[in-house]
Amino acid sequence: MSNFIQRLRWADYLILAVIVVFFGYIWITIDGTLNYKWRWHLIPNYIIGWHSGREEYFANLLLQGLGATFRISIYASVLALALGIILGVARCSANLTIRMLARTYLEFLRNIPPVVVVFIFFFFLSQQLIDALNLERWSRGIARQEDNGIWEFFFGEMRRFPSLISGVIVLALFESAFVGEIVRAGIQSIPKGQGEAARSIGMSRFQELRYIILPQAFKKVLPPMANQFITLIKDSAIISLISVQELTFKTVELVASSRMIFEAWITTAAFYFIVCFGLSRIFARLEKGAEKA
Amino acid sequence: MSARTPIIEATNLDKFYGPFHALKNIDITVHQGEKMVICGPSGSGKSTLIRCFNGLEWHNSGKLVVDGVEVYQGSKDILKLRQEVGMVFQQFNLFPHLTVLENLTIGPMKVRKIGQAEAVKTARQYLDRVHIPEQADKYPAQLSGGQQQRVAIARSLCMESRIMLFDEPTSALDPEMINEVLDVMVELVDTGMTMVVVTHEMGFARKVADTMVFMEEGHIIEVSPPEQFFTNPSSERCRLFLDQILAH
Ligand SMILES: Nc1ncnc2c1ncn2[C@@H]1O[C@H](COP(=O)(O)OP(=O)(O)O)[C@@H](O)[C@H]1O
Ligand SMILES: [Mg+2]
Repeated sequence: MSNFIQRLRWADYLILAVIVVFFGYIWITIDGTLNYKWRWHLIPNYIIGWHSGREEYFANLLLQGLGATFRISIYASVLALALGIILGVARCSANLTIRMLARTYLEFLRNIPPVVVVFIFFFFLSQQLIDALNLERWSRGIARQEDNGIWEFFFGEMRRFPSLISGVIVLALFESAFVGEIVRAGIQSIPKGQGEAARSIGMSRFQELRYIILPQAFKKVLPPMANQFITLIKDSAIISLISVQELTFKTVELVASSRMIFEAWITTAAFYFIVCFGLSRIFARLEKGAEKA
Repeated sequence: MSARTPIIEATNLDKFYGPFHALKNIDITVHQGEKMVICGPSGSGKSTLIRCFNGLEWHNSGKLVVDGVEVYQGSKDILKLRQEVGMVFQQFNLFPHLTVLENLTIGPMKVRKIGQAEAVKTARQYLDRVHIPEQADKYPAQLSGGQQQRVAIARSLCMESRIMLFDEPTSALDPEMINEVLDVMVELVDTGMTMVVVTHEMGFARKVADTMVFMEEGHIIEVSPPEQFFTNPSSERCRLFLDQILAH
């Protein structure tokens, strides 16, 4: 630390001073001009609440939201990975039509604002799918059951199950294009000789991918894939727009009911930061470990 | 080489890479059990020709029949054919994520659907054959170039194919490792397998070849038995080429 301070120059101090002044100004504006009353002491209660009637702690809005964000991120990643592999393989297909279709999908997602993409996927795809499968009725049935603890553990509140599934599908479709690009880069990084050797012993294209190309590609794409997972967690905030009750949605709710605008958003930002930064540190460490091995 | 049954028959083969004419009107027949050595300057189309034999490249016109199967892009029989036609590459192309033993068993197990126990047994037999039984559990990157190429040969042998194609199998090797690979290939000669070898190792060629082929600029210039090929080639170009490489 002292080493760090010694290395600072006057320019660094100037930058620090500007930052301090900037935040100080914002602070004064909020505190003085807006006459904002900080109520930080109420925030913990919205993370873990105390139910005085039942005399027990329960996960309140923010923690519920965080839980939903975790669930959605994990399921959506798995789905996005599956779709991404298909897309990535399609992008490397020998068949021009298949290549073009995969490319078109990617270009759509790249050139339409994410918010619009989310609404389109929601109304055109996931809603239809949920109606077609009659998920509403099915999940209400489970919600009414007594011992649905295991369901609630995996999917949260069962009444909201269709909305959760919507969120997972929309998010997975959205991320799959980028996962697909990572997979494509991985496949293309494998020397051509590998595929030729596989084919020369009679492997089909599928066997070639399954046993030779993808296992090698996966080792290579693990770091970008881990980053994409973190990106997905951040991107998951966008599905609050379709009323999926994840962390951002719950924060909006909390702000609406309690008016703790700054506290709630700062807390939520901190949650996202801790999760994403923590994961990136863990992945970086794992990567270093793998390099040594 | 008793019965002269053709096993590879190419007639009027042409191959283009875009506008580039890589194989020009190739006519060649390889007979069952024959050892054919193909040589010629770099870029003359040697690799392209033998890669057509197992459908790694597709010819654009002419006719190619290998082991009774007509080879053309989109043929349903090509996967089956490739099981009968092994190939050894200049760059070895071993599967780096698999151990030596797994490199040898994956083809028989996944393609020929042979049980693991039997595949392992066969694999060990062929590792003995290429004189590296002790390397079975290593990964390719832990082996020397010569050892890697011998594993690659064993990988092809494990498929028990009837034809083996070699594309400059010793060109990527350090000089001191060339002989260990050539020795293994010489030992294969007695098995009666059909071998088509692209190489500039003329000592090896003299020892094993039944037929010598010289290619240049996509043409086959000369096809003759080794006695004639090395002493009295019919084309001037072939003579010049031989003088060049034999001078070293
Ligand atoms: N995939 C390819 N695309 C375009 N040109 C190629 C390709 N493969 C080979 N060639 C060209 O075809 C010619 C013959 O190549 P090749 O068969 O590899 O020759 P050799 O094995 O005799 O050195 C060379 O001029 C080479 O540049
Ligand atoms: Mg070549």
